[in-house]
Amino acid sequence: MTFDYIVQQLINGISIGSIYALIALGYTMVYGIIKLINFAHGDVFFVGAYTGYFTAKAGLGLILSLIIAMAVCALLGVIIERLAYRPLRNAARIVILITAIGVSFLLENLGIVTLGAQAQGFPDIVNKSTYTLWGDVTIDSIQLIVLVVTVVLMAVLQYVVHRTKIGKAMRAVSFDMEAARLMGINVDTTISATFAIGSALAGAAGVVFAIMYPSVDPLMGVIPGLKAFVAAVLGGIGIIPGALVGGLLLGVVETGVQSIPGMSLWRDGVAFAILILILIFKPTGLFGKNVREKV
Amino acid sequence: MNKRFFIGIAISLVFYGVVQALISGEILNDFYIDTLVMLGVNIILAVSLNLINGFTGQFSIGHAGFMSIGAYVSAIMTTNLGYSFPLGLLCGCLAAAVAGLIIGFPTLRLKGDYLAIATLGFGEIIRIVWLNNDYVGGAAGLNGIERVTNWSWIFFGVLVAVVVIQNIVKSTHGRAMISVRENEIAAEAMGINVTKYKVIAFVVGAFFAGMAGAFSAHYFYGIAPTSYNFMKSFEILVFVVLGGLGSTAGTIIGTILLTLLFTYLQDIPEWRMVIYSMILILTMIFRPKGLLGNVDVTKFFKKGGASKNGGTTTTP
Amino acid sequence: MAAQQQLLKAEKVSRVFGGLKAVSDVNLEINDGELVGLIGPNGAGKTTLFNLLTGVYEPSDGDITFSGTRVNGLKPYQITKRGAARTFQNIRLFGEMTVLENVMVAYNMHAQHNLFSSILRLPTHFKGEADMREKAIEFLKIFNLESKKDEIAKNLPYGEQRRLEIARALAAKPKLLLLDEPAAGMNPQETTDLMNLIRWIRDEFKITILLIEHDMGLVMGVCERIYVLDRGQMIASGTPEQIRTNPKVIEAYLGQEV
Ligand SMILES: Nc1ncnc2c1ncn2[C@@H]1O[C@H](COP(=O)(O)OP(=O)(O)OP(=O)(O)O)[C@@H](O)[C@H]1O
Ligand SMILES: [Mg+2]
Repeated sequence: MTFDYIVQQLINGISIGSIYALIALGYTMVYGIIKLINFAHGDVFFVGAYTGYFTAKAGLGLILSLIIAMAVCALLGVIIERLAYRPLRNAARIVILITAIGVSFLLENLGIVTLGAQAQGFPDIVNKSTYTLWGDVTIDSIQLIVLVVTVVLMAVLQYVVHRTKIGKAMRAVSFDMEAARLMGINVDTTISATFAIGSALAGAAGVVFAIMYPSVDPLMGVIPGLKAFVAAVLGGIGIIPGALVGGLLLGVVETGVQSIPGMSLWRDGVAFAILILILIFKPTGLFGKNVREKV
Repeated sequence: MNKRFFIGIAISLVFYGVVQALISGEILNDFYIDTLVMLGVNIILAVSLNLINGFTGQFSIGHAGFMSIGAYVSAIMTTNLGYSFPLGLLCGCLAAAVAGLIIGFPTLRLKGDYLAIATLGFGEIIRIVWLNNDYVGGAAGLNGIERVTNWSWIFFGVLVAVVVIQNIVKSTHGRAMISVRENEIAAEAMGINVTKYKVIAFVVGAFFAGMAGAFSAHYFYGIAPTSYNFMKSFEILVFVVLGGLGSTAGTIIGTILLTLLFTYLQDIPEWRMVIYSMILILTMIFRPKGLLGNVDVTKFFKKGGASKNGGTTTTP
Repeated sequence: MAAQQQLLKAEKVSRVFGGLKAVSDVNLEINDGELVGLIGPNGAGKTTLFNLLTGVYEPSDGDITFSGTRVNGLKPYQITKRGAARTFQNIRLFGEMTVLENVMVAYNMHAQHNLFSSILRLPTHFKGEADMREKAIEFLKIFNLESKKDEIAKNLPYGEQRRLEIARALAAKPKLLLLDEPAAGMNPQETTDLMNLIRWIRDEFKITILLIEHDMGLVMGVCERIYVLDRGQMIASGTPEQIRTNPKVIEAYLGQEV
């Protein structure tokens, strides 16, 4: 295994990891604010991919496709929260979790009914070209796009969370919902905004994922959704930078395992093995603080 | 208590005899037998998951993993190695129970959502192990498994699962499990060995999930890893939650309703999952304690006499 | 009081949370049959000390000896088995279980019938269960809760929930009973009744009691000996009279409502 080979795998890992990170952000933000593992999040990702598919077919370019997909997903996220989760805000955790599973099933199967279970090829909206960095190390235009999209969205997210009023409200609500309410923060609006932002990121991830693989199908969100969730846990669920690091790390490890001859089929197993090791040895993730129940 | 228990068993044996007679007389056709087997398998799965989730309060969503172990181990025993079905069944159950033990221990430190995702991860790992193993056919799975499961096997399987789990639940051991669910810290302060009871719940739950796996493998001729993904685990969880967590009767009724719904929606396959998920979401929003939440059905049956409690509500 | 046997001893016990020393170098000794109070301002570390004594937390430092054996690092259920039962400041009943079942849980550790005899419904199961039930009902009678035995615990009024929690702890047949603010949230009449009950329990069951209480008057009235904790440190111990006049204690409570 040469140095070049390793660097190449690293590049490949980072680009898939960026997608995990984008999805993981939504999981983490929602968990941070209402302590819900939003299992439907992976399906928002698929809706984003399909939106991109239709806009691309209609002849719109990458940027417009991304923006429209993000808007559609933001709206979808808000609607899901409004209709399915808000009525259950004070219900037992398991009830909301199961509702999330129900929403996930619903989106997937509505997708199958309306769009067909068949995978569709994604139209070419970027010219695929490969650039040689040095020796055998290459990066292609799609990987570059993935990286650029991730970096830009992360920067915007950082700005929103730390510099805007809604971002401050989000942090306050996730710290202590009751206290935030008493301080006059509109909790419902804040939660809606969290869903909108998280879902928009998943929508963007869906579009770039679809460009990378180039195909879309209604169940495409299941596995990346689950992986992204692992990434969120790995970084410490509820912690925004954790989701980024977790996603990148998972992408790199996975690509690494896949590149070992004879191990490629174990790629998905690795994600779950990491998940369990993390949960057992550091359940709050790499960046999480331990919180113990007070007696 | 003693008496009621045996009366329940007697009634369910009558139910068994009647159905068996209907099958022997070819009044019930294959469609009904298929449905009965599906019902039985699902009831065993749901009731056993209920021991872990409903009674002990350990949020597990990896039940399909245990089921797959029962299915694969029993199929390997009968199909690859040529042993008899009863032996295969037993090995399937025991292997699943051992997996329950192995998974139970490390995950005991985890609570709530974290436990849920760890069990989900374990379930997926088990599936990926089958997927990557050529001895068990990889992605294609094992085929040509002889059909051995029939009404008798299923009936007695359900009976054993329900009776064993009810007998645990209605005893000091069951109360200990429920106390763990209600307040783990207080349970431990009252001298309950929390770890022991969590492991027992996992092991017994896994044992019966393995049994369900072995039965279904030996009815549907073949098994493949995809049948045991986390969607399957969710499906089992939904049976339990829809009926009412922590209520055996509720779980059984929820399972029957959903399984029948599924069977009757077969004519519109595209829409059936959509309807299923709508029902799930609406139930959670409007009846978050499950269809039978807050309603103790056993009392219901007691009052009305033993009019129509079939093979399922056998124990008090 | 002649030749008292030592039941519980804490030597230089500390517990750190992050940077905070919630309990530091605490010494404590309790003899058989005593009724001892533990007082101190909010956040003094009283509950944390209870948690250390009952195994909920492990001490960062120091030794705890109960009934002659070192119990550091034992799990709570192991310590309960050795004879220390407790109640909680924030009531922790098994909410969805009935009053009777709540008490019956305490007998699990002495159960004569194992899992298999329950699964197979062997005679030992029926006998064991009947015994437990009978004993639990006896207990509820003592606490005037028998008429409520089939009620769901969480539906009881507050005062009865507190009593049930004490009954449940006592059912574990402890040598040492630890009560964390048993009178919290009670009105003066209920509090007086409770104090009489506590004294009666000590005499009737011949056990030792360590109790945390905020209400100074009450502790002074009922306890024979008092420990005072402030900011994690044991600042005083002695008879109610000694504590009342101890300048350190007065200072610790200064500015607090006493
Ligand atoms: N699990 C924990 N993690 C972190 N800090 C803790 C924990 N438990 C207690 N503390 C801290 O230790 C200190 C002592 O708390 P403790 O509950 O023992 O006080 P207390 O004397 O019982 O007070 P109160 O009269 O209010 O019940 C407090 O500052 C509390 O915040
Ligand atoms: Mg306290």
